[in-house]
Amino acid sequence: MENEMPHTELQTTGNPLPASGDGERTSTREVFIPPTDIYETSDNIVLLAEMPGVAPDSVDITLERRVLTIRGRAVKQEHANFRQIHREFGDGDYERVFVLSEDIDRDRIEAKYKNGVLHLVLPKAEIAKERKIELKAN
Amino acid sequence: MWPSQEFNRFGFDPFADFRRVQRGLNRAFSDFATRSAQGFPPINLWMGENSILVEAELPGLNGDDVDITVNQNVLTLRGERKPVGPEDGQQGSQQLDGVWHRRERTYGRFSRAIQLPFRVDPEKVQARFNHGILQIELVQAETDRPRKISVNAE
Repeated sequence: MENEMPHTELQTTGNPLPASGDGERTSTREVFIPPTDIYETSDNIVLLAEMPGVAPDSVDITLERRVLTIRGRAVKQEHANFRQIHREFGDGDYERVFVLSEDIDRDRIEAKYKNGVLHLVLPKAEIAKERKIELKAN
Repeated sequence: MWPSQEFNRFGFDPFADFRRVQRGLNRAFSDFATRSAQGFPPINLWMGENSILVEAELPGLNGDDVDITVNQNVLTLRGERKPVGPEDGQQGSQQLDGVWHRRERTYGRFSRAIQLPFRVDPEKVQARFNHGILQIELVQAETDRPRKISVNAE
């Protein structure tokens, strides 16, 4: 079943995953789900995720087999000599996990991060493409 | 099992997605009730001694994409979030064979007027983008500041 699902989310709540190796997260900061666009072309899976407030060097992307994890650590919202009087967006980090249905060519992954938006181009592995062609049999 | 073959092909379950959206905690959407009463972009306000700092979440935009105007005590933000995707030619010749799996980012024109607690000095407005968050500092107009009045003794 899972192989038929292009992108199944493992983790959909706002709770952080168990602490990982880089475990610097200590406080009970909120963890947000970045709103994400995903589209697929014949060669690539393209993902755009919004993580406003995150600096480029605080974006962390891992691909382990077919599990893609995106994390962003935002700078704490603070301004010296200012006090907050109105609040519509919160303070916290971003995290989201996707399971990809296709094998990805790791060497050709392109990741860009600009203006708070992560742009990931995940090229499908040649093997995955070949497998599709085999369906034409009979 | 599925409403149509189309969903089966791409493994897209509209109801699962809906549930996820309801459950999901989103930076701007965490309280749906207040969300519906507010506009786009979501803003945070910070008060300083003689100035106010407005922060607006506008991921994907840069300074050229947003019009900032100030009139007396009203700050207005206007702009457009342009869609990105297979049909926009972003992938060159592959533009027609793309298929969406998720589309959660929102697009379109926006306009929001924010009433500030004082009149601002239009000459002293500073704005900058910080990784998708627009920060605007507005200084209270000199004429609007409280003034101490000394009483002349007779």
